[in-house]
Amino acid sequence: MATRYIPTIGLEVHVQLKTRSKMFCGCPVEYGAEPNSHTCPVCLGYPGALPVMNETALRMTALTGLMLNCKIAEVCKFDRKNYFYPDMPKNYQISQYDRPICEEGGVPLHDLAYPKDAQKAIQHPGKIVKLVRIHLEEDVAKSTHFETSTGIDFNRAGTPLMEIVSEPDIDSPEEAFAYLSALQQILVYGGVSDADMEKGQMRCDCNVSVRPEGTTELGTKIEIKNMNTISGVRRALAFEIERQIEVLSKGGSLAQETRRWDDGLGQTSLMRIKESAHDYRYFPEPDLLPVDTRVFMEEVRKQRPELPAEKRERFVQSYGITDYDAAVLAADRALADYFELAARGTSKPKALANWILNDLLSALSDAGETIRECRVTAAQLAALLSIIDSGTINAGQGKAVFADMLRTGKDATVIVEEKGLKQESDLGAIEALCQKSIDANPKAVEEYRGGKTASINFLKGQVMKLSQGKANPAIVGEILARLLG
Amino acid sequence: MSADFDVRHTAHLARLELSEAEAAKFQSQLSQILSYVEQLKEVDVSGVDPTAQTAHTVNVFRQDAEREWFTSEQALANAPRQANHLFIVPKVIE
Ligand SMILES: [Zn+2]
Repeated sequence: MATRYIPTIGLEVHVQLKTRSKMFCGCPVEYGAEPNSHTCPVCLGYPGALPVMNETALRMTALTGLMLNCKIAEVCKFDRKNYFYPDMPKNYQISQYDRPICEEGGVPLHDLAYPKDAQKAIQHPGKIVKLVRIHLEEDVAKSTHFETSTGIDFNRAGTPLMEIVSEPDIDSPEEAFAYLSALQQILVYGGVSDADMEKGQMRCDCNVSVRPEGTTELGTKIEIKNMNTISGVRRALAFEIERQIEVLSKGGSLAQETRRWDDGLGQTSLMRIKESAHDYRYFPEPDLLPVDTRVFMEEVRKQRPELPAEKRERFVQSYGITDYDAAVLAADRALADYFELAARGTSKPKALANWILNDLLSALSDAGETIRECRVTAAQLAALLSIIDSGTINAGQGKAVFADMLRTGKDATVIVEEKGLKQESDLGAIEALCQKSIDANPKAVEEYRGGKTASINFLKGQVMKLSQGKANPAIVGEILARLLG
Repeated sequence: MSADFDVRHTAHLARLELSEAEAAKFQSQLSQILSYVEQLKEVDVSGVDPTAQTAHTVNVFRQDAEREWFTSEQALANAPRQANHLFIVPKVIE
């Protein structure tokens, strides 16, 4: 019988922090600026230039640690990691070696963080992927490789970069996907990063090995680089696990190597073999003093936002919406805020959640817009719901009014007025229409009186038609029942 | 420890190419320096906490504020090669 293989995956995620200035100098952090226009003696590595720590970057990293349940070091420090590469003009990168700012903690994986096609069969529901550490370092310059030369842009050099290292605690490509999307959500919630992988704000290196089922020793670890989407990470890992299993089951062996993922070809290829462990000669950065985090932790604790999982639970409890609806709303902080703002103006939060998750989201996705760009404000949506609820217009008219609101940004009441949609609630007028429909449909009346109560719906439909949709259906029902009674 | 000192390894880490004569000379000079520093081991430090700093202070921070410094022309003024506002270096293999 063929041996089954168990994959083991660990991820190293680099996250660009959303600070205004760089980690150790005041150069602006800006994506897409003219190359080398955000530079100074510090980030170009001029001899004698001295770094000074950006306090906001330290606080953001500590906040990330709080959100991920890490231990925050009372005292941490920076070290020099020595290596030679043109993207690092000092020939060392300022990083943290033995005393990082955060240790341990974990990323909770929730069902909606998994890929859609894997949400039905989650292997370990409620799993929390354990972290080793989170540390802060400076990013390196951006290299662009040409035919015979390489171009270097130092705008990115020295920008604050947070490295989040997981334990080899991830069991499948689907779990890696869930880990990255859950992590991304939390980073955005905390306002520490926009964490957009395609913009390089979140970058991921994967370590993956396989071992025969029943054994405990981990197999040869292979690193995959160059991933720029979360779904790409899933595909790369799936490919790589299969490749490793194929090599091993044919009796071959694997070497410790770094591979690159080509999303177009859908395969990994060899970048380099790791011949010997790098000797980075870490030593304490003599130009920087240690950091005592206790001076700012009290304030950072106050900044900790309600996290997606907590919001989801609260939405279910305080608004009585379904767990699924709450999860979808909570997955996007802007959407959740929109819901809560609108919920203040309505007594029907369940109906509100339906409107947002069905009508609003599909309209936005058709228009290629995000909730932030939506022309209908939360208060306007709440007002629409309340005129539907009070019977001024019926649900069908509500949809049409909503479509107009999305297009024009006008209030629902204005559109109702302009289009003369106001629902007929004049009892006398409705009663006349009801009588008319009873007179015109003796067969339905007979059926109703003979016990087929559903026939009233036919009559109701006739009344609605006569009123051109303006009659309040609830009132029509009551009057018909009385007249037929 | 100084006897085990390998000048070739250190030279490789610093990306320096040494001739035979240089290697022999630096092997002996650096070994002497290391033995000199070894004397520190004789000091009794059993009651002293390890530290990488002697300034006895912490938390020298700057506020997260931007300021302009070099333009790209200034940044590139001393570059041996440049193109399209980029420093140009010999091709790097990823
Ligand atoms: Zn700078």
